[in-house]
Amino acid sequence: MSEQSAPGADGSGRPSGRLLEVDDLRVEFRTRDGVAKVINGVTYHVDAGETLAVLGESGSGKSVTAQTIMGILDTPPGFVTGGQVRFHGKDMLKMSSEQRRRIRGEGIAMIFQDSLSALNPVFTVGFQIAEQFRIRRGMSRADAKKRAIEMLDQVKIPNAKGRYSNYPHQFSGGMRQRAMIAMSLALDPEVLIADEPTTALDVTVQAQIMDLLAEVQRERQMGMILITHDLGVVADVADRIAVMYAGRIVEEANVYDLYAKPAHPYTLGLLNSIPRMDEKGQELRTIKGLPPNLMNIPSGCAFNPRCPMAQPVCREKLPTLLQLGSGRASACHFAEELVSRD
Amino acid sequence: MSDPSAASLVSTPRIEQPGESGAPANAGLPESAQKQQKPRGLLGDAWLDLRRKPLFWISAAFILVFVVMAAFPSLFTSGDAVNGALSRSLVKPSADAWFGYDVQGRDVFARTIYGARASIVVALLSVIGTLLIGGAMGMIAGYRGGWVDALLSRVADIFFGLPFVLGSIVILTTFNGSGRDNSEWTIMGLVIMSLTVLSWPVVMRLMRSAVLATKEADYIVAARALGAGTGRIIFKHLLPNCLAPILVYGTIMVGSFIGLEATLSFLGIGLRSPVVSWGIMISEAQTLIRVAPYLLFFPAAFLVTAVLSFVTLGETVREALDPKLR
Amino acid sequence: MGRYLLRRLLQLVPVFIGTTFLIYWLVWSVPGDPFAGKCGERACPDNFRAVMTAKYHLDDSIWVQYASYMKNLFQGDFGITFGGREISDIIVTSYPNTLKLAVVALTIEAVIGLGAGVLTGLRRNGFLDNLVLISTLFLIALPVFVIGFVLQWLFGVKWGIVTPTVSSEMRISELIVPGFVLGSASMAYIARLARTSIAENRRADYVRTAIAKGLPMRRVVGVHLLRNSLIPVVTLLGTDLGALMGGAIVTEGIFGINGIGRQVLRSIVTKESATVVGIVVVLVVVYLVMNLLVDLLYAALDPRIRYE
Repeated sequence: MSEQSAPGADGSGRPSGRLLEVDDLRVEFRTRDGVAKVINGVTYHVDAGETLAVLGESGSGKSVTAQTIMGILDTPPGFVTGGQVRFHGKDMLKMSSEQRRRIRGEGIAMIFQDSLSALNPVFTVGFQIAEQFRIRRGMSRADAKKRAIEMLDQVKIPNAKGRYSNYPHQFSGGMRQRAMIAMSLALDPEVLIADEPTTALDVTVQAQIMDLLAEVQRERQMGMILITHDLGVVADVADRIAVMYAGRIVEEANVYDLYAKPAHPYTLGLLNSIPRMDEKGQELRTIKGLPPNLMNIPSGCAFNPRCPMAQPVCREKLPTLLQLGSGRASACHFAEELVSRD
Repeated sequence: MSDPSAASLVSTPRIEQPGESGAPANAGLPESAQKQQKPRGLLGDAWLDLRRKPLFWISAAFILVFVVMAAFPSLFTSGDAVNGALSRSLVKPSADAWFGYDVQGRDVFARTIYGARASIVVALLSVIGTLLIGGAMGMIAGYRGGWVDALLSRVADIFFGLPFVLGSIVILTTFNGSGRDNSEWTIMGLVIMSLTVLSWPVVMRLMRSAVLATKEADYIVAARALGAGTGRIIFKHLLPNCLAPILVYGTIMVGSFIGLEATLSFLGIGLRSPVVSWGIMISEAQTLIRVAPYLLFFPAAFLVTAVLSFVTLGETVREALDPKLR
Repeated sequence: MGRYLLRRLLQLVPVFIGTTFLIYWLVWSVPGDPFAGKCGERACPDNFRAVMTAKYHLDDSIWVQYASYMKNLFQGDFGITFGGREISDIIVTSYPNTLKLAVVALTIEAVIGLGAGVLTGLRRNGFLDNLVLISTLFLIALPVFVIGFVLQWLFGVKWGIVTPTVSSEMRISELIVPGFVLGSASMAYIARLARTSIAENRRADYVRTAIAKGLPMRRVVGVHLLRNSLIPVVTLLGTDLGALMGGAIVTEGIFGINGIGRQVLRSIVTKESATVVGIVVVLVVVYLVMNLLVDLLYAALDPRIRYE
């Protein structure tokens, strides 16, 4: 298993008792048309037994952060230009590729949005799960098969033994996602990153999968990073939420505080835009404008062109993530006003 | 020449899977800015890409030269391609006659230049015929589906079953056997016909798979819902999207048809004297290869360059159009 | 899988009938004297006319002709040449040579084509990549007979490494140059197809998942990537074998190999149309069967196809 380390062993002086930590990460995409600054100083962490939801729209950088953690960023065109990703206190970005490889699956595992394309179409689902046992644990074929069937059982796939020899395209979307979850849990990871696990599924199936994830996490006391753009999914499952915009964290809070009283205009806009039954017949509220072009991020606060509360200072100064106490933080010049409003 | 499945050389546009955006929970947020750049799209990107590739310009230039050569051979040579004086038989290349003289004392340079016309005209006409027939059949089969598709595909299979060289041999010996005395144009027409008849199934399959891939696209369904008739849907919506792989393959086909015409002439069943084509010249040079290798070399060099130009042009355009290769 | 096989077999039948009928019609039933040009430059002797007319029902409608021809065919009777030789005999003596050459050509094109394609697909835009791209372009663009001449002259005449033509024993070593020539265009297609397929699949989601699982790169590439990328390549090789078994008229002619292609060419030159039809029918059958086998192979390799 991955090594434990003494507090402060990474030399930074900061306490490193946290399970997984992203620290001031910066990533850019260098393309023919220019450089896109996709991640601009992201810091978050997750500990054992808790779920961090990373919320943001397309282009906010939430998936790229996850890919950087796993080490599966497409390089080129993606390049890490700063920051650290610490697992048990040790910076993975400085590790050898072999060390990083060992952490994958065993220390940190990841599941993806589109289970059909994420699974290899020419191998049976059972093979792909058993592969982890055979290759990473050196088990025999027979033992690996047994364990793989157990995993399929654990994720509540009926007739696990029969389904072992089915191919991915023979599963329904929800079942396939369960199979992918089984595959990710095979080596007992400490952290599970779920990148939009339910976006491609029907609403009822979404609920089932989220329940499964919650249960699995509870049983194994895993840390979970849930990446999504869906506020509804987050409410049930998350302990803490980090809201991302234009490659930065703009707000961080526990789930109750965030929904009750958001401390950033963007979060406020997101919550307001959810259609409500008691507002039937009225116009839907939107956040005006478009997400920013990452090759040309607005100066100052990236949200300022669209913010209903924008002042001149927002264009001039980049707001830092201000700690508001009790685990809340917000990157807005007027965060405190927002919080104390009623 | 073996005939690999058309899809291996030319890729058809891939239908995008439902992307990551789209769940209604964030209804407040408008679509991502990148989607608005779509109008410039594939063709615009492809042109920008192509402009930079030296290979594109080189092959295009060569093709232009060859086409001019085919249309106006007298611009390049004043020599006589058809008649010769036996006194000049097998005279080696010199400053007077750059490519020397052949067995019958004919100016090889002049023959090579005039040879371009037959080779390129035959290839071009055959490709046009193949694209029209194959394209039409493929469009109908793909769009209509059902029994029409099954029927047309079986017909295509029948012609597919004839290996090219064999099929053309059978066709050409039947209509062009030594007992008959066909005129130049008839022979040319027959060669064009055999090339077309034996190659349209490939284009048909290509078009059919392109149509099948685009047919279910949302904008087609929308057009139908708005009441557009079949004709309008085919010409205005389907065709522009399915045309690209066909045209690219057509360009490459011109190149390969030039080679095929040469092969047919080499076998003695294609074009014949007094027509001049590169294939005929190479065929005639066979027996004299040890004595006068230049008789083989010059027309072969022209042939190879012409084929390469067309194939390269087609390939560079295809690579530029293929989004997967980015 | 069984249903798929049955369906394909059923589809085979009308195609077989269609193709063979087409050929038959072309050779025997074009308006005019059916014996025109059939006996070389001279007119056919009367007894030959009588025998052939009776045998092939030339006085009857084309359907009867075709039916009787097919009936004879299934009994193994391909008819006789002008000289009185059994056409089936010609086929049986020359086809094995063609098959030998076909196997050699397939091996060469698979080894070189796959090797070049896989190497350049994994590592794009290097010197090797450009080299492969350019050489494959040449191989595709040059007609087979040009490549054949050039290589025959280079290896057989100029450098004298091998004999310019192949002896009747058909040793493997003699078949290497003709095999290369025969497989040259396909080799190029295979290399390019492998290259494109691998390059495309490298960015695929399942490769990303395999890496995210922590599998060693060796396995990600060797098992996951290759297994998917090589499906189209393997099916292309299968299709090619079918085409190769169709006889390499040009290559056999240049290198003097007594294969079925050469027989066809000879029959054309000597105007033995009955031989031509007989041989072509056999080749078409082989081609159709090979196509069917390739489809089955494709279904075996790609599970998504199996359950259509």
